Amino acid sequence: MSTTAETLSSDAPSPEAQEAASETDARGRLLAADGTPLKLSLARALRRQKLRALALVAPLLFFVLVSFIFPIGGMLLRSVQNDIVPDTLPRTIAALEDWDPASDVLPGEPAFAALYTDLVVATERKTHTRLGSRLNYAAGGYSSMLRKSGRLVADFHLDWFEKKVSRDWDEPEVFTALFGEGEGPAAQALPKTAAAYAAWAEEMREQGEDPAKEEPWDLVYAALVEDLRAGGPALTGYSGPQAELIAETLAKIGEYDPPSYTDAFIKSDKDWGDPDNWAIIHQLSGRYTSSYFLAAADLERNTDGEIVDKPEEESIYIFLFERTLFLSLTITFSCLLLGYPIAWLLSNLPLRISNLLLILVLLPFWTSLLVRTSAWIVLLQQEGVINDLLVSVGILSDSGRLQMMFNQTGTIIAMTHILLPFMILPLYSVMKTIKPNYLRAAKSLGATDWTAFWRVYFPNTVPGIGAGAILVFILSIGYYITPELVGGTEGVFISNRIAYHISSSLNWGLAAALASLLLIVVLALYWVYDRIVGIDNVKLG
Amino acid sequence: MALPVYATTGQKIWYYAFRVICAAIFFFLIFPIITIIPLSFNAEDFFTFTPGMLAFESDAYSFKHYDDFFNNEDWQLALSNSLKIAPMATFLSVSLGTLAAIGLSQSHVPFRGAIMAILISPMIVPLIISATGMFFFYSQPFGFSDLSIQGTYWAIVLAHAVLGTPFVIITVTATLVGFDKSLTRAAANMGADPVTTFFRVQMPLIVPGVISGGLFAFITSFDEVVVVLFLGSAQQKTLPWQMFTGLREQISPTILAVATILVTVSVLLLLTVELLRRRSERLRGMSPG
Amino acid sequence: MKITHLLGATAIALVPLATLAEDLPPCDNCADTMTIVSWGGAYSSSQLKAYHEPYSKLTGVSIVNDESSNEAVAKLRAMAEAGNVSWDVVDVVASDAIRLCDEGLAREMDFNEELAAAPDGTSAEEDFGDLLVSDCFIPQIVYSTTFGYRTDVAEWNGREPDDICDVFDLENFPGKRSLEKRPINNMEWALLCDGVAKEDVYDVLETEEGQDRAFAKLDTIKDSVIWWSAGAETPQRLADGEAVMGSTYNGRLFSLIEEQGQPVKMLWDAQVFDLDGWIIPAGLPEDRLNRALHYIMFATDTQRLADQAKFISYGPARASSAPLVGKHADLGIDMAPHMPTDPANAKNTFLYNYEWWADYRDDLDAKFQAWIAK
Repeated sequence: MSTTAETLSSDAPSPEAQEAASETDARGRLLAADGTPLKLSLARALRRQKLRALALVAPLLFFVLVSFIFPIGGMLLRSVQNDIVPDTLPRTIAALEDWDPASDVLPGEPAFAALYTDLVVATERKTHTRLGSRLNYAAGGYSSMLRKSGRLVADFHLDWFEKKVSRDWDEPEVFTALFGEGEGPAAQALPKTAAAYAAWAEEMREQGEDPAKEEPWDLVYAALVEDLRAGGPALTGYSGPQAELIAETLAKIGEYDPPSYTDAFIKSDKDWGDPDNWAIIHQLSGRYTSSYFLAAADLERNTDGEIVDKPEEESIYIFLFERTLFLSLTITFSCLLLGYPIAWLLSNLPLRISNLLLILVLLPFWTSLLVRTSAWIVLLQQEGVINDLLVSVGILSDSGRLQMMFNQTGTIIAMTHILLPFMILPLYSVMKTIKPNYLRAAKSLGATDWTAFWRVYFPNTVPGIGAGAILVFILSIGYYITPELVGGTEGVFISNRIAYHISSSLNWGLAAALASLLLIVVLALYWVYDRIVGIDNVKLG
Repeated sequence: MALPVYATTGQKIWYYAFRVICAAIFFFLIFPIITIIPLSFNAEDFFTFTPGMLAFESDAYSFKHYDDFFNNEDWQLALSNSLKIAPMATFLSVSLGTLAAIGLSQSHVPFRGAIMAILISPMIVPLIISATGMFFFYSQPFGFSDLSIQGTYWAIVLAHAVLGTPFVIITVTATLVGFDKSLTRAAANMGADPVTTFFRVQMPLIVPGVISGGLFAFITSFDEVVVVLFLGSAQQKTLPWQMFTGLREQISPTILAVATILVTVSVLLLLTVELLRRRSERLRGMSPG
Repeated sequence: MKITHLLGATAIALVPLATLAEDLPPCDNCADTMTIVSWGGAYSSSQLKAYHEPYSKLTGVSIVNDESSNEAVAKLRAMAEAGNVSWDVVDVVASDAIRLCDEGLAREMDFNEELAAAPDGTSAEEDFGDLLVSDCFIPQIVYSTTFGYRTDVAEWNGREPDDICDVFDLENFPGKRSLEKRPINNMEWALLCDGVAKEDVYDVLETEEGQDRAFAKLDTIKDSVIWWSAGAETPQRLADGEAVMGSTYNGRLFSLIEEQGQPVKMLWDAQVFDLDGWIIPAGLPEDRLNRALHYIMFATDTQRLADQAKFISYGPARASSAPLVGKHADLGIDMAPHMPTDPANAKNTFLYNYEWWADYRDDLDAKFQAWIAK
């Protein structure tokens, strides 16, 4: 940080400070008018100036951070978030902790029991199919597994109870009579049931339902079965409300084994019997996951947890990224090819004429993107202006009309047109500064036209080429609208796939992962651009 | 760069060939935009030239697609939405952007590079990424669903304002680069306080930059479709939204009528910017203009 | 957005008001505006004429139309995440309705309580029958995805396709085909024409080999296919002659043939039925819910569903509406023979398996897009 007066701008404590500078204190330091040492005074002024600059920038900076940077950050976070699995299956995941997915054996009954509990809650809260959609991103089939099992678990114990033990338990009144009063004799006789019922009633009240009118979730019946089978003196000697029903049920309950969760799940959908399906749940049990990024790079984890390539017929994203890069490069190159002569012409014509011609460059620049895209649709389609022209001139037969749209050709032509001004303008501003003397000097030294251009002029334009090319490349790599309208299937970019996953397939995590990868490429180029050109030197019009 | 008298035949050929190539490229730039203008007066519902049009028969031309634009309530809603959204977004971009540009052009701004990079980023980040980010954010800002402005007028205005600010910063900073600091010093010397100095000395000089930045911001909002597609609801549809869905479904020549109107508006805006640029350069004594 | 405030407007009442007013109970504690989401275009305008206008006239409610059905699931999910649902009634296809219902984003209906019974007293549940594919979904129409072909293709030497497999027959029926850019329907048709029996299609498609088989069949015509993603594209291409045959929704082909008089015919063989209808978003405040239910009760009764068929050639979802289907409002032609459900058209139909696709959509879609791209 320099404190010499000349680097300070107009706002430095100029007249007074300079006048005061002639005074010195006892130790020989220069003093300002108010008697403080000049160095200190200048530093203070500098600080004030910095603060003022920051205060001017702050509102916009805050605005951009809050309404732009923050939203993008939040969206990118979705690419690693995986809350739905641990939130929906907390008990199952705990039960799977000791299970070895590579062992190729099915998890034991406790895991199925935990899955039952999780699924009852999920089914009642309607999150189970959402979990199914999430797991489906890893492998097909989960959606129906969870939907079928969701139906099963909703009345799992009740069905068994009604079939084998007693038909009188499905009335809400039974439970209200037993546990409605809170701590009563029933709660001592059936402690687990009471706890399960209380938890359930709490949830009902939260949802705005009256527990006295609703049939309890199957979890309450599961607790009841457990309590009844455990027996105990409080239960056998029970004499509170519904004593008759309890005694009757108690007498019968011992005759039958409660159903096995494992069998029931496999019966509801045979896929639960496949250890591979459990391995995927085990893999995706964390709150954060790399699976979306793996998918975005055409990779996946096999059941042993190793990262492997996706089968070739499902690999698409690397291919799409490559195509996006290829098309962007082609577009950048065609812009350079068309832009260079124009920029050269503009910079070598008298200002009056070149300003007029510049309007021809700026007009497309100022014309709506959609207007230009629709113009190209009008020109390029099979029944369009260019084909009509070629047919009427006789170059093409009516049946041999060219397919120039809904393919890469369409995307390249339309986007070259749209981005061409972004190439011409930086080239022009660089070429304007190259003195014609250089070329003359080269020629007078005996260089041919070509050598003079290639060895002298061209190297001087390289900064302009760099600026224009990077700008065009950055803009084209993230394009969405034009490829969507004229690109068909071959001419679309990765952006179109991101949009598809956001609004159609709803695989938001994958969309976020693809967007992150795209953003990394763009930011890297942005950084390069800043190094070469400097963001301050972007010129518009 | 006229052809010197001593040019060889090869040089002559190249000289004219080069002119022809340049003319072809200018043709490529302008032709598509010009083509749609006559087509928008097509009396038929096609978007190719009918034989009648080529023979310049008067009944092959009509204003019916313009009629459709001015009488169809979908298009009118889109137009009025565009006209409500763009000025407000422009106002926000211009006021915040000008302040920031003035701040950034002071001589000592800490973290200038980083701040500049952040402020310009809305222009660089692919729109699809910005749009999806805002789509999630505006439905639940900072996790508070009560603050949701998803699908409202303000969601689009705020989004467009952010997208427009880089243009304001770039143009205003550019006018400030050539700004002669001795002018403010002189004003201060004559006893003007900083506020007076700003409004009486600095402001008149940067006004052209502010206006041209504002025009850029306006056109950004007026032409923007990706963010509107994601954030907007049908009630907030704008002209580009209507054009985009129209183009995806099927081209109706009404789109070409709208396009022609927009081209006219662009030409007017372009001329305004050009005049401002000349005025600014004259004021700053940088070029004869 | 069209605000249709029809009090005092000169809309044509489709049925005498007296009978309506009797049938329609008053609405207690109901909001007086509502937002209805649908597809836009001709379909929305048929709903406007058959449902919205009479309902507004009867009740004075102003209806705001939103045309976001295409993104309904994504937007409803984002709205629900935010806890701020601004839609009251949403028109979606059955598969979307199932998804919304599964995720708890749509409200479960009590069909017999909340929908009108048929005029003869048949309960709503019985009247809709098998078409009630989800607890949240009130079907409106049966539509089908089927093929149209040009009748003036010289290379065909007067032959006309009459079998779905003619789509795969480039020898007898050369020319471009316009197919939808998604696996649904295309995979099924490919397998059917590769000799798989109709009832086995999904079992075969579930296996790796079955999928390869379908792709191999599609490969035989891949070079002659132009892919579409919006329903208007096929009719446009058929009209332009850019394609000689192509799949799309039957209503679009109807307007191409009957309203625009293009030389195109329908190939009804192996048409795939699908349903479109209403859902009410979950968690609406009481007054808006009451209004939505009141509207649904009106708009899905027997007469209203039959009325819609006057404007667009989709079959009403209620059995009791079928006999009431009359003539086209403008063209004056009988609509019944143009319904996908008409016995002459429905000789060989295919049912789209919603549950199966819910499971395999993501997987197959990735494969399909990769296949198209290469």
